[in-house]
Amino acid sequence: MTAKEVRTSFPELSVSVYGKKLVYFDNAATSQRPQSVIDKWVELSSEKNSNIHRAVHKIAESATDEFESTRDSVQKFIGARHREEIIFTSGTTASINLVAFSFGEAFVKEGDEVIVSEEEHHSNIVPWQMMCERKGAVLKVLPVDDEGHLEVEKLEGLINERTRILAVAQISNVLGIINPVKKIVGICHSKGVPVLVDGAQGIVHEGMDVSDVDCDFYAFSGHKIYAAPGVGVLYGKKEWLDLMPPYMGGGEMIGHVRFSGTTYAPLPEKFEAGTQNLAGVPTLKPAIEMANLLNNSELKHYSEEIAQFLSGALASNPLVHLYGLPRGEEKKIPLFSFIVEGAHHEDLALILDKMGVAVRSGQMCAEPIMDRYKVTGMLRASLAPYNTMEEAVYFVECLNKAIKMLR
Amino acid sequence: MTEDVNKNDRYIVPEKSVKEAQDELIDQFSMFDEWLDKYEYLIDLGKNLNAYPETDKTDDKLIQGCQSRVWLDYKIENGRIYFIADSDAIITKGIISMLVSVYSGRTPKEIEGDDFSFIDKIGLKENLSPTRANGLVSMIGTIRAVAKENDLLLNN
Repeated sequence: MTAKEVRTSFPELSVSVYGKKLVYFDNAATSQRPQSVIDKWVELSSEKNSNIHRAVHKIAESATDEFESTRDSVQKFIGARHREEIIFTSGTTASINLVAFSFGEAFVKEGDEVIVSEEEHHSNIVPWQMMCERKGAVLKVLPVDDEGHLEVEKLEGLINERTRILAVAQISNVLGIINPVKKIVGICHSKGVPVLVDGAQGIVHEGMDVSDVDCDFYAFSGHKIYAAPGVGVLYGKKEWLDLMPPYMGGGEMIGHVRFSGTTYAPLPEKFEAGTQNLAGVPTLKPAIEMANLLNNSELKHYSEEIAQFLSGALASNPLVHLYGLPRGEEKKIPLFSFIVEGAHHEDLALILDKMGVAVRSGQMCAEPIMDRYKVTGMLRASLAPYNTMEEAVYFVECLNKAIKMLR
Repeated sequence: MTEDVNKNDRYIVPEKSVKEAQDELIDQFSMFDEWLDKYEYLIDLGKNLNAYPETDKTDDKLIQGCQSRVWLDYKIENGRIYFIADSDAIITKGIISMLVSVYSGRTPKEIEGDDFSFIDKIGLKENLSPTRANGLVSMIGTIRAVAKENDLLLNN
């Protein structure tokens, strides 16, 4: 299967903007949705729309089946041991907030410490900061070096007997380098520290086997892996989730409610308060099928060729400064964040937009890493398996034109 | 000496009325069919904007709500408001330069009496990304706020 064949399954990829064919290079922000995902959403909305887990009627049963069988698909997809370790949320941010709150309530006390890395998305910083503030705990930072690598060798020095948890991205949304999360988990576990891995960028490019990596929590969003927006997953080891109090109250998360006190439902419902995204969550099934379909050697090889072309073209331009340079055995996803000397990232993005090229500009929800490199923002081109070499060539042409206009 | 000349230059009373200055810009923009040509024009405007002192690029002069950094400052001379502005992004600088060229050297009443609809006639707002359109709205809001504040000050 070629990228061109794949593209026909994604309606958005054939739209035009300003009379030009859309070149969508903002996949790290959200991926496009295949027809199968759109169809699933429509099916749930037009044939199976009923609240789940409650009524005994036929469509309620169909809707519940769709929702619960998605849990099985996700469990299999990320290699979780138990289906109740899969909690549905509204996205990665919600998943991380859930852990920061509930884990914090159960295990973090005044003077304790939490570690995050310097390259994290705000969604993997702010929830921890909020928890530390609430608990009187201290947030420590694992630094990133000049080329964009986590300084894992400094990790052991950061951990002490007060360290309660570490949170790290599988892949940074700015740098694109695949982090050695298995190694990080190994180091942390040897000191008795659990690890949350933010898989927002990782899941679609690298997948995840939570049994192999052995992380304690894993969070990802549906919309970055072809599914509907407003759908997220939290994987948590049962041992932890059982000991954590609920995050939100109400809906199906209860056992019994009395004014004298309420008991809670077992996992996973304990963490799924309120009416769930019953039309959105089941879109994860066709989305995972698509991810599996696109994860084949032919497309991977093609995608690597495009990535090589792009990194070559960008690196050969003396005005371009790329961030996140893989070294040795390290691998990088097709994501390129850079600045151009003498041309502002926002101007570049604006001109590229009018040429039909959609890229991201700005701080990319990661101010600390922008400060680390002393830039006000970057331009980011992020690709998916449905992007083509023709698009990459066109992007480079447009970028050069835009630079010429601005300098 | 040179400084004095610039200074005098900066505080002259505009020959054109607000409306005339706006119509000129509307005409100018209507000549371009392609958005890239409009950007080229804005880039030129940005490059030709009067220098803004580096030392005045302070946080209190930053306009909130813009994706790029935009500084706006002003002086009152003979009851007229003289704006100076800058941005680290050149297209934004072109946009603010346009606003400065229309509204600088006006009395607070002249600015307050204008509805800023020329921006819509140029077709700029709807063709900017929402974040940038918000930035434009913030720039206009700041210019209006300055006019209102100084109207009160000058008339009390």
